[in-house]
Amino acid sequence: MKNNWPLWEIFIRSQHGLSHKHVGSLHAPDAEMAIKNARDVYTRRNEGVSIWVLPADQITASSPGDREPLYEPARSKVYRHPTFFPMPDGVEHI
Amino acid sequence: MTLDDARYEYLLQLGDSDLILGQRLAALCGHGPALEEDIAMSNVALDLIGQARFWLSYAAELKGGEADEDTLAFLRDAPAYRNVLLVEQPNGDYGHTIVRQCFYDVWHFFVLRGLMDSSDARIADIAAKSIKEVQYHVERSGDWVVRLGDGTEESHRRTQAAVDKLWRYTGELFRSSEAEQLLAQAGIAVDVATLYEPWRAHMQALFEEATLELPGDQPMQCGGKRGEHTEHLGYVLAEMQHLQRSYPGASW
Repeated sequence: MKNNWPLWEIFIRSQHGLSHKHVGSLHAPDAEMAIKNARDVYTRRNEGVSIWVLPADQITASSPGDREPLYEPARSKVYRHPTFFPMPDGVEHI
Repeated sequence: MTLDDARYEYLLQLGDSDLILGQRLAALCGHGPALEEDIAMSNVALDLIGQARFWLSYAAELKGGEADEDTLAFLRDAPAYRNVLLVEQPNGDYGHTIVRQCFYDVWHFFVLRGLMDSSDARIADIAAKSIKEVQYHVERSGDWVVRLGDGTEESHRRTQAAVDKLWRYTGELFRSSEAEQLLAQAGIAVDVATLYEPWRAHMQALFEEATLELPGDQPMQCGGKRGEHTEHLGYVLAEMQHLQRSYPGASW
């Protein structure tokens, strides 16, 4: 079927305290209906407490071709990782 | 008619309308106008069938004997069904599906809101549980009425045609059956006549936004609550009951 509805990217927050996470995309005629569709497509098994929708064409993505200049310089700098600090037990969501 | 007979009849009215509309919407599963809409409508269908199970289970307990929710759903013929005529009307184009849904949802909401104060605690419980789902149904079908009515020239024309065609089935929603009258006096049921004003006010506001016109006064088709149905119900039941009728007692 021909679908002229714009594409929306859907972000769901699964519980309070966590950040919204991209879960997928869907078509809808406008933002309000995108929220409703997201409710039906992505939260029917009680996955969320909050929904964000974003027009997919409003997202600017990095280009895969720019991988080397963008990411390569960070690869050799292990000292930037916080792995050298002992973390106390029971700290979650790090 | 004793109060318990009336209660049984009333539970059938509530359960049958939910069940038949749920069955109507379930027929769209896999045929929705868009993938997202297909899932959404199937969700609504499941909500309604779930609610029908509560009402029919309670009815079956009152009836006693071998009766349960399944025998009530699958082994009654059309004249024994008590659903309103509106819900058995065909899906038609999506304008018809949405307008039928919108008429029902708003009425359904007001009925459940009233039933939350029912003196029958079981009915009040079911209503309180169901109304959260129905609140969402009201929003969703209303959103669609606005988008289709105030959409393109063709969507407007088709939606208005659906309104004009289905309007004649809305009168029945606000006319009490004998059972309803008895129960309303006992504080068990809602007096549906009192729901007409809020329902109409809701429709008026919605239709204004949707640039649609409410039809004027006209003769209303009634009879569903007495078991006098339009020809469509027989076909719905034939499909829905086929398996249990052909293979009695079959289960998953």
